[in-house]
Amino acid sequence: MKKHLQTYPENCIACHACESACSSIYFKVDDPLLSRIRINDAGGAISMNACNQCGICVQTCPTQALSINSQGVVMLNAKLCIGCYMCVAVCPTNSMFIHKGQTVPFKCIACGICTQACPADAIRIETKEN
Amino acid sequence: MKDRKLLAEFSYDLKPVEKGYNRRTLYVNVGSKQIESKPVSQMMIDKFTGGKGFDLWLMWHGVKDDTRWNDPENEICIGFGPLCGNTSYPGSGKSIVTTISPLTGIPVDCNVGGHFGPYAKFAGWDAIEIQGKAEEEVIVFIDGDKGTVKILTAPDEDTNSHILAEELIKEFADSQDAHQFVSVVSSGRGAEHVPISCLNFSFWDKRRQVARLKQAGRGGTGMVFRDKKIKALVVKYSGLKGDSNHPEDLQTLQQTGLKLHREIEAGDSSQCHMREVGTAHLVEIMDDYDLLPIKNFKYGQDEASKGLASWEFKKLFTQNMPDGCWYGCSLSCCKAVDGFIPRTGPYKGQPVVVDGPEYETVGGCGSNLCIWDARDVVELNFYCDTYGIDTISFGTSCAFAMECYEYGIITKEITGGIDLSWGNADGVFELIHQMARGEGFGMVVGQGVRKMKEIFAREYGADPALLQDMGMEAKGLEYSQYMSKESLAQQGGYTLALKGPQHDEAWLIFMDMVNNHIPSFEDKAEALHYFPMFRTWFGLQGLCKLPWNDIEPANNAETDEPAKVPEHVANYVDIYTAITGKPLDKHELIRQSERVYNFQKVFCMRMGRGRRIDDVPPYRAVGPVTEEEYLSRQERYDSQLQSKQGIDPAGKSTAEKMALLRAYREDQYQQLIDAVYKRKGWTPEGVPTLEHLQNIGMDLPEVLEVVKRFL
Repeated sequence: MKKHLQTYPENCIACHACESACSSIYFKVDDPLLSRIRINDAGGAISMNACNQCGICVQTCPTQALSINSQGVVMLNAKLCIGCYMCVAVCPTNSMFIHKGQTVPFKCIACGICTQACPADAIRIETKEN
Repeated sequence: MKDRKLLAEFSYDLKPVEKGYNRRTLYVNVGSKQIESKPVSQMMIDKFTGGKGFDLWLMWHGVKDDTRWNDPENEICIGFGPLCGNTSYPGSGKSIVTTISPLTGIPVDCNVGGHFGPYAKFAGWDAIEIQGKAEEEVIVFIDGDKGTVKILTAPDEDTNSHILAEELIKEFADSQDAHQFVSVVSSGRGAEHVPISCLNFSFWDKRRQVARLKQAGRGGTGMVFRDKKIKALVVKYSGLKGDSNHPEDLQTLQQTGLKLHREIEAGDSSQCHMREVGTAHLVEIMDDYDLLPIKNFKYGQDEASKGLASWEFKKLFTQNMPDGCWYGCSLSCCKAVDGFIPRTGPYKGQPVVVDGPEYETVGGCGSNLCIWDARDVVELNFYCDTYGIDTISFGTSCAFAMECYEYGIITKEITGGIDLSWGNADGVFELIHQMARGEGFGMVVGQGVRKMKEIFAREYGADPALLQDMGMEAKGLEYSQYMSKESLAQQGGYTLALKGPQHDEAWLIFMDMVNNHIPSFEDKAEALHYFPMFRTWFGLQGLCKLPWNDIEPANNAETDEPAKVPEHVANYVDIYTAITGKPLDKHELIRQSERVYNFQKVFCMRMGRGRRIDDVPPYRAVGPVTEEEYLSRQERYDSQLQSKQGIDPAGKSTAEKMALLRAYREDQYQQLIDAVYKRKGWTPEGVPTLEHLQNIGMDLPEVLEVVKRFL
């Protein structure tokens, strides 16, 4: 089974509360560029981007800093990461994020914090078959 | 840790790298047991940049004019370069090794991957300079976590690298899960006996749980290492991070690296397939263009070469592994054969992991010997590596011996019963095992082509002129594995290369022969100026050449100079400035190289070589030596007689036509040398002019003193 954050863009109202919740909990700052979920509402249609836990990045990582936990979630061990960004380049959904001044990338780990902040039921923690 | 005797210990202050430099080098004399830190002056940075530049500068002051490879004062220098060790830009983990070569008597330089260079750099050193001869077997251990350097006894270990590297990594790592923080430089039993030897630089492969090995292959570095009774260099560094190189502008470095990662992700599978098969992708391309060496470079194409095509190696290489020899290299070309079981030698029947083979090994140990079974090439690759033998010199030396065997110059009586018929892999296996054991005819072949020529003429009455024509060496170093007969520019690329005929200075065959982009002598001379200088730069910085043009931007063909890959040149300028904080443009980039290149040239002259006569190729690299070679491409050669020389071949014997072709081609080569020397700022005898040295800023008093001897 694979636990992941399922997005429902048709429900999203682009309030960005999820981004605030995420960056506040992990980086202690309210900054959408430090969120592990991204809402893009520029130019009309709303798109949502969070890791779907496909795991392609895991086999790319040269230090095995990326691994899949028992719930099927791709986890990044920052102690092992050497900041090469090969995972960023290989991600098919561009869901491995980087930020100026950081050497370690970051991604959604399906913790569900953002789902509690969402007023529109646009994101849910779900599980799916591998 | 094993109970080793501590022979010497040195402590130093740990401090972070700043903008790519430590500003100090490590000196270790394994004879006197002296260990010290030497400051890096601003002059060194300004004139020599780093990497190979620092190596050569240190070595110049360590050796004398008459130093030979096995004199105690000969040095092994390993430099890292300011860009070395960054984890952002693919191909940034190279060490550059220099020493006075046992094959050539002049400085040889090798660009090698593995984790040793970056770890030694982050341990605190811009280069390591090793001198002296130990009285007993030793290991030099650099602990970059504690700030100590130790010389330790090493009496018992196996010398062969696939065993030694793994044992030492496990011994010196802090724990079971810390093997990746240790890297080892080692050689092997072959290097104790023959000069065609190499060094192995390890990296711990976490997924395979083995020590992988990358080679400082050319020129006999392994024999110097073992002559000094050094069993291994070991470095430990556990603190690697994405900014360990402490760049001036991390974001630009990261963004430039990410751009190339994405380019590789999008383009490799339709371009060079480096991530699937590494440089072995070249085999079928070289065969298609008549460039794959076959039977000691007699021919360039053979139907049987399909047995060595990249798809055969793809079946053997484990796929979808992050096979970079340094972190952050998404080009990932160093492929591995897992669970390989050798069929010969001391490790027969034991599963091993084999690195490669790369193209050069396929050409040298495969096609050039008419060995068409990919598994035999993998096995030769394995034994070359673990014995510390250079696959290129081994292949070219064996090919020469096999051609001599074909002509009856040497026989089974001389080889000790070994059948050296083309394609007899068993005979070649016996040669390499003999080199490791230090016995038999393997010891003759292992001396390299130049020595074999002397021996076969002196001992067996062979015609020295024929041996000279077919012996594929220049300056004492064996040719690497491309046919240069139809590319005048590549004849120069090979034979003008300072260390000897290796393709890392220039690879111009497609530009010249296939695309005819450099038709005049001046065009060729410009290419033989620009590309050797551009490629020299990788060795100054600690970079790999492959991500420069083994992946190209999608629009590269539309640029004004596609052969230079302008966008990637701009990337290098950007990451240099991002790391060092110093301004650079594509012109100053070449200038950095010119200074070191000319210094190396003068170094060769100081050691008694570097003359025009040293830049002359054997005729096999230029044209057909034998009638069968001429006849195999008769249509081509006959038409060239007509079109280029205005000679009607009708009615002429093959011998007459060969003589006419030879006179023409050798004259063309001499005209090429004239043009290249002029472009490089050298006299017709190949001596850098004082004016040129002043112009490029390499007019140091010690350099001018040597040059004036020749003017």
